[in-house]
Amino acid sequence: MSDVALMTGLPEIARVRAASMTPMEASDVVLKLGGATVLDGVTFRLRPGGCTVIMGPNGAGKSLLLKLLHGLIRPTSGRVEWNGKPATEVTSRQSLVFQKPVLLRRSVMANLDFVLRARGADRSRREELLAHVGLEHKAEQPARLLSGGEAQRLAMARALATEPDVLLLDEPTASLDPASVLAIEKIMADARDRGVRTILVTHDPGQARRMADEVIFLHGGQVAEHAAASDFFSGPQCQVALDFMNGRIVV
Amino acid sequence: MALAVQLMLSGDGDLGEIVALSLRVSLTATALACLVGLPIGAVVAISRFRGRGAVLILMNALMGLPPVVVGLLVYLHLSRSGPLGFLGLLYTPTAMIIAQTILITPIIAALSRQVLEDLHAEYSEQFRSFCLTRRQTVSALLWDGRYSLLTVGLAGFGRAVAEVGAVIIVGGNIDHLTRVMTTAIALETSKGDLALALALGIVLLVIALGINAAVQGIRMTAVQQAHV
Ligand SMILES: Nc1ncnc2c1ncn2[C@@H]1O[C@H](COP(=O)(O)OP(=O)(O)OP(=O)(O)O)[C@@H](O)[C@H]1O
Ligand SMILES: [Mg+2]
Repeated sequence: MSDVALMTGLPEIARVRAASMTPMEASDVVLKLGGATVLDGVTFRLRPGGCTVIMGPNGAGKSLLLKLLHGLIRPTSGRVEWNGKPATEVTSRQSLVFQKPVLLRRSVMANLDFVLRARGADRSRREELLAHVGLEHKAEQPARLLSGGEAQRLAMARALATEPDVLLLDEPTASLDPASVLAIEKIMADARDRGVRTILVTHDPGQARRMADEVIFLHGGQVAEHAAASDFFSGPQCQVALDFMNGRIVV
Repeated sequence: MALAVQLMLSGDGDLGEIVALSLRVSLTATALACLVGLPIGAVVAISRFRGRGAVLILMNALMGLPPVVVGLLVYLHLSRSGPLGFLGLLYTPTAMIIAQTILITPIIAALSRQVLEDLHAEYSEQFRSFCLTRRQTVSALLWDGRYSLLTVGLAGFGRAVAEVGAVIIVGGNIDHLTRVMTTAIALETSKGDLALALALGIVLLVIALGINAAVQGIRMTAVQQAHV
């Protein structure tokens, strides 16, 4: 029933679209890399619609968790399933904005064109997409010469180009100025309101408050807390999240 | 020496003909070697399969193929009694192009494999996120590696234009037909006509310098375009 609660207020098409990918189920996911256990028994369920914010200290396993959800890496044990399908089978219906986006050695516009062409998408949207992230005046510039913030915006445009059902964002505003942060948040909110299931990793408490419908707090490769945004921000239940939100060092 | 310079400045017919044939043979061989070698390099760069290590060793070993051995192998195939003898290609520029192509294809393949593997290490996760096909991955790598690959091509051309062993065996150094710079230098030197030999030597040197300048130029453009 709570599934439905989150969905109300969304247009009908959006509901159908998101519903075909969700719910997402991670059950007892363990990931071992080079002998170390970096994710340890991660279990949670994502309902259709809305934005889930993942928080946690450096090295908690947030980026790796996103890659697992995206189907780029397989868990050592456990399952990640989107509406019953393994994550590795639905990669193409999602977009991931990496923490360090890799831009092609081409112009800004060519970077967008590349994705549109590779996916057989409508290329007439290229200008619109660039304008959407405020890069239209940089279209002809080599993408590798963009500033950190501009590169993140291009990565954002590229992620939206394929019209994903699920948007995975790994600190997409980490090196943006305050005005650009708000601009990108508006883009993320638009996507979410169109029914794109959004999963956002961020270290910015303000952003988490503005964006989150629910929060997953990761610590040491485990889910320390998974709560509705209102509950989480009014006072996390677990001590590590409480310390983290209060600015105390968590290791 | 003065004679050699005079020969070059006077636009001597023979000299021009020899230089032109050299360039035609080696440029064609380079183009063909790139056509074959680049896809091989790219596919090996992005593939993980059993025996890959052995393939890499083989590719690197073939880079050092001695030109005379290549010449001999091509000769055996193209000679009248060889399996391809009926084509009548021996002692033609085509035979020389074939020999040089075989000589430098492994160089192009091995060097481009290295370049593209580094590039792929950087791109592969992003590409898997895009769900690209192998074909799309290969062509994207080839295009984004274009500056480095140009220098790979120049390395191949440099090797082809400077070798003498293969072309002399399959070409035969026939005047007005298969005489190229390196074979002419060898012949004229042994005949004692040092002026022509020197003139050709200088042209060859200028080409080598030109290649190096081109490589430098490409590097600088690449850096400017933030392409490295
Ligand atoms: N390929 C790898 N081999 C071994 N360990 C790895 C590998 N990749 C990541 N790790 C380790 O896994 C842990 C989690 O990494 P991850 O990138 O998911 O952290 P994160 O939560 O995203 O941190 P940050 O907030 O700094 O981005 C880290 O301790 C990291 O060192
Ligand atoms: Mg991270």
